[in-house]
Amino acid sequence: MSKMIGVDVGGTFTDVFLLDETTGAARVAKVPTTRPDQSGGFLEGIGRQVTDLADVGAVVHGTTAGTNALLERKGAKIGVITTEGLRDVLEMRRRDRPRTWGLRGNFEPVVSRDLRLEVPERTLADGTIRTPVDLEAVRATATELLDKGCEAVAVLFANAYANPENEARAVAAVRDLWPNPHVSCSSEILPEIREYERFSTTALNAYLQPEVSGYLDRLDTALRKGGFAGEFMIVQSNGGVMDTATACRLPVRTALSGPAAGVIAAGYIAQTAGFPDVITGDMGGTSFDVSLIAGGNSVLSPQTSIDFGMVVRTPMIEITTIGAGGGSIAWVDKGGLLNIGPESAGSTPGPVAYGQGNTRPTVTDANVVLGRIDPDRPIGGKLDRLDVEAAAKAIDEHVGKPLGLGTLEAAEAILTVANSRMAGAIRLVSIERGFDPKRFAFMPFGGGGALHAGAMLNEVGIGRAIVPRYPGVTSALGCVIADMRQDFVQTVNTLISAVDPASLTEIIQRHVDDGMALLDAAGTKFEARETVFELDMAYVGQTHTVAVPLPVAIRNGKVVTPSRKEIESAFDTAYHGTYGRLLPDGVRRLMNLRSSVIGRRPKFDLATLAPTTGGDAEETCTGTRRVHFGDTWHDTKIYDRLALPVGECIDGPAILVQPDTTVLIEPGLTGRVDDYGNTIITRVEESA
Amino acid sequence: MTDQAINPITLAVLAGRMEQITDEMDATLFRAAFNPIIAEAHDASHGLYHAATGDTLVQGKSGLPIFVGVMSFAVRAVIEKAAADGDLADGDIYIFNDAHLGGTHLSDMRLVRPYFRDGRLFCYLASVGHWHDVGGAVPGNYNPAATEAFQEAFILPPVRIARKGVLQQDIIDILMRNTRLPQSAMGDLNGQLGALDLGTRRLDELLDEYGAGTVSAALDALGDRAETLMRSEVAALPDGRWEAEDFLDNDGIMDTPLPIRVALEIRGDRLTLDFAGTAAATAGPVNIALPTAVACCYVAIKHIFPDLPANAGVMRPVEIKVPDESLLAAKFPAPVGGYTETILRMIDVIFSAAAKAVPERVVANAYGTINALSIAGKRANGQPWVMFSFYGGGHGGSAEGDGLNHGNAPISTATIPPLEILEAAYPVMFRQWALRPDSAGAGTHSGGLGATYEIELLEEQAEAFLFGERGRFPPKGVAGGASAATNVFSYEQEDGWHHPPMASKMRGIRLKKGQRVQLMTPGGGGYGPPDKRDPAAVARDVAQGYVSSEAANKIYGTAWQEAEQ
Repeated sequence: MSKMIGVDVGGTFTDVFLLDETTGAARVAKVPTTRPDQSGGFLEGIGRQVTDLADVGAVVHGTTAGTNALLERKGAKIGVITTEGLRDVLEMRRRDRPRTWGLRGNFEPVVSRDLRLEVPERTLADGTIRTPVDLEAVRATATELLDKGCEAVAVLFANAYANPENEARAVAAVRDLWPNPHVSCSSEILPEIREYERFSTTALNAYLQPEVSGYLDRLDTALRKGGFAGEFMIVQSNGGVMDTATACRLPVRTALSGPAAGVIAAGYIAQTAGFPDVITGDMGGTSFDVSLIAGGNSVLSPQTSIDFGMVVRTPMIEITTIGAGGGSIAWVDKGGLLNIGPESAGSTPGPVAYGQGNTRPTVTDANVVLGRIDPDRPIGGKLDRLDVEAAAKAIDEHVGKPLGLGTLEAAEAILTVANSRMAGAIRLVSIERGFDPKRFAFMPFGGGGALHAGAMLNEVGIGRAIVPRYPGVTSALGCVIADMRQDFVQTVNTLISAVDPASLTEIIQRHVDDGMALLDAAGTKFEARETVFELDMAYVGQTHTVAVPLPVAIRNGKVVTPSRKEIESAFDTAYHGTYGRLLPDGVRRLMNLRSSVIGRRPKFDLATLAPTTGGDAEETCTGTRRVHFGDTWHDTKIYDRLALPVGECIDGPAILVQPDTTVLIEPGLTGRVDDYGNTIITRVEESA
Repeated sequence: MTDQAINPITLAVLAGRMEQITDEMDATLFRAAFNPIIAEAHDASHGLYHAATGDTLVQGKSGLPIFVGVMSFAVRAVIEKAAADGDLADGDIYIFNDAHLGGTHLSDMRLVRPYFRDGRLFCYLASVGHWHDVGGAVPGNYNPAATEAFQEAFILPPVRIARKGVLQQDIIDILMRNTRLPQSAMGDLNGQLGALDLGTRRLDELLDEYGAGTVSAALDALGDRAETLMRSEVAALPDGRWEAEDFLDNDGIMDTPLPIRVALEIRGDRLTLDFAGTAAATAGPVNIALPTAVACCYVAIKHIFPDLPANAGVMRPVEIKVPDESLLAAKFPAPVGGYTETILRMIDVIFSAAAKAVPERVVANAYGTINALSIAGKRANGQPWVMFSFYGGGHGGSAEGDGLNHGNAPISTATIPPLEILEAAYPVMFRQWALRPDSAGAGTHSGGLGATYEIELLEEQAEAFLFGERGRFPPKGVAGGASAATNVFSYEQEDGWHHPPMASKMRGIRLKKGQRVQLMTPGGGGYGPPDKRDPAAVARDVAQGYVSSEAANKIYGTAWQEAEQ
């Protein structure tokens, strides 16, 4: 039981990371992702790593099954039972529109209007029950939904955050007659004020439940059949893992599972390498995803929209996406301005150089034409050799001619504009959080990011980039190291002067007990258990709340009641930190309590991934290639990246290759192999 | 500015960098603002403006659409005032809310800061934000009975709130004494000052990096390119002249319909919008000032050509003719508090006229009213409360498909608060928060549905006010599509339900505990003839309850009854 496996299923590849805890050996494998059922690739990838699953202590999975079901609208047929007068809340949203300009586009909710049924019941905002729920009506509507073929149901009652009684009674009645466990209840999933966000999250949970739990069941069964007796866990959007039973109950928490695992790994790698402040950049085919880690901690956002009108409110690792990926198309508008994206050729048909039918130039085509990607070792597409000539022709026609530039100039122009947009995303992400990006390191991961790392140093003024040893399997590695984590929320909505510390303590205790029970139930060992509490607070009259960290002591499992004074001073500290001032006469309101219960899982030593020390870098040099930088070609040495010894420094221009990634070291930069096999890229003058 | 040529790569990079500066200014204010109208509804905007003309150079993408055209007027007003003052200096900041100079309404506080480089004026930075309260007769400044601007709010002409970097406490004191919510106003003011500071720092960095000459050349080039882009869009349209008219219900004082007319003319790459024949300025607050009218034309044009940049160059090939003394160019001190209703109608007529030229480029009319409904009273403990919100309606159908159900107004990107937030803050309960069946205009592609909001009072008594429109004249379809339903407001009294005599505007109706008000908002107009609608789509509409079977039979015939959904 000494092996751990992390599996990340992406759009194109399924990555498997295997760690042998006894020997410290790690191995990676990439197999094609299978569609529509991802379990084929999953099992195939694991099969390549281990023959006997009995040796495996844990399998941790970062999955896009939920994300894809949402984006492609492939969830289950579901019904809704809701408060009289409110069946259209899900469809009316918060009165937004898909795009600011143009007034086009409409919206279909995941559950159609004829499957959203109302029952007599009403709770007021203060928790008073004005109309007790009519359980006969609830049973009748549930039966009607079943007759209409619904596989799952969501129960969504107004003000259920303030008093869940009506909703709980209705849910109990539905569960009595519903033939499967797919009954989602808004006050169980998100007991927080704001009906649209709560209803949407709950309805999407129901929408995912049959699909995701079916998928996890298939995997679990197959693993057990192969002799696996360990723990099977799923990465949540908050970057923590949960057991499969929880994942089947709360599948909506997997909405951003895959990318979250990548950010977790990036944070751990960077911190180990001595950079607790890091901005990650995951460059894929259609997008560039940026995330910020400060002091070793990822930034969490309270909610996200998976698509227009599909709001998921559950803590998620904050990832900012811009449409500048390798497949993003470069074009010149009618005013003569060069643009990159948002249109993308994706991975099919992909860049022009892939020869799969696209004729409009992409960012990858620019990299190919400038010699930065080796045409003889294509990472994507189906050709044995990338079609450099076709890429050049496309750049010439769509960018060079309209702008009066030669092919190479035009290709450089494409990269300059793409880099500038990526740099803009990095700047905005850090500035919005009040950080100066210059003090951060940049960590590219994903297949394409390492080609652009040097440009980020120049554009943003960042001091160094750190390219992890296996940038292509970062998410799978993240699965292996992620902690177990459960988040809870409860709306309290009361003035500070009226807070009852005892009843607040009761809620905290309930969150702690529920969270610890989930840790106990997991078959995993934890190095430590932690609890984190936060209050959403504001002055009365202010809309945006401030997240107020609340230190709460727990002795022998019992929560020590925080005093009103402690809450007040915690608010003042947090408010002052955010706005730089306090309002002397302001009345303070406590809106929500948020709790997290975390089980720290043992980390493995990243040094086990490192290459040998000593040896001659020149022996790893596999040749030279002409690469275009600025306005001229440079003879550029190519190195086998994984064979470079620890401590080796390679001055640019140079290219380090490994099976799924190309690391570009531009002239004036140098790359050093650190003790963990990462490549640290800095300016030459600063590397001494 | 210089005539230095700029290479296309630097230009593309600088275009993005400058846009980012203004986006960051937006983000700074949204985060810091105290009042929800800025923080949640994003009723604010930031940009960079030409040093000599005030023309918009770059503007943030996340602010309110109407400000994209109107801000340059605010800057122009400051340029004139600064010329009169004669001592403009680095570190000065002007502030004002006078809508007759700067457009929109008096709630919008405008801050304009000159940006100097090497001792010379390089450009202006500006910030506008909707403050929660700026005095006047009615809290929140939506006064449907105002006959002069003086009754709407206190009026501040352009004055310096900072001189050479030193804040003028006298001015701040005057401002804070003239609002019912000084704490909120101070928070918003600080946020706007912070946004201007940030913009100044970012411009410093940009100019350090690229040099003032290059940035200046880029700004010129971006204006020229915006113009080229617009000319090529217009040139692609057929030449001709197309007219459209529509009406406001009334001005809230006299119950007389007010026509708004436009003639849209295209000749080659030039476009003219002529509002001749529009009603004269009125006593009540549906007037708008000329800057608002011009800005509104920009909003309409950008909805038709969504890819145009927020740059004054776009408007060079566009001529806007607004008759003097009309309600679209009302003179001080005419009241302008209800400007939203009037510009929504201007957008409607521009769409209707453009649809006659190029139907596939245009969407049918959206619901066309902001529906500012407020309910105010005192709690048992004597504490006053005011629930003030805008309500949504349907969007128009288009060549691509049906309109959006329950969207926000074309001039805005504001979202509606959740009903649980409203119920937690005020003594009301929403009996209905629902789509309104049969409210959309029929068409090959139908409009989106409006909504029905029914609100019950839970305290002993309160008063309700409404500032709406479209009570008598429904949103129109285009390209043969039908009109949507009108706006219907009703309120309950002891003797039953009533409608306000002015249809869409109402002052101070008393409500007692348990009584309700109901607002049924319009849907959007339809696109294309209804008889071309796919019977399967009609069958779906009926099955989903968007359209009643009676209405479906009447409008679309009975073919849908045989259709598969």
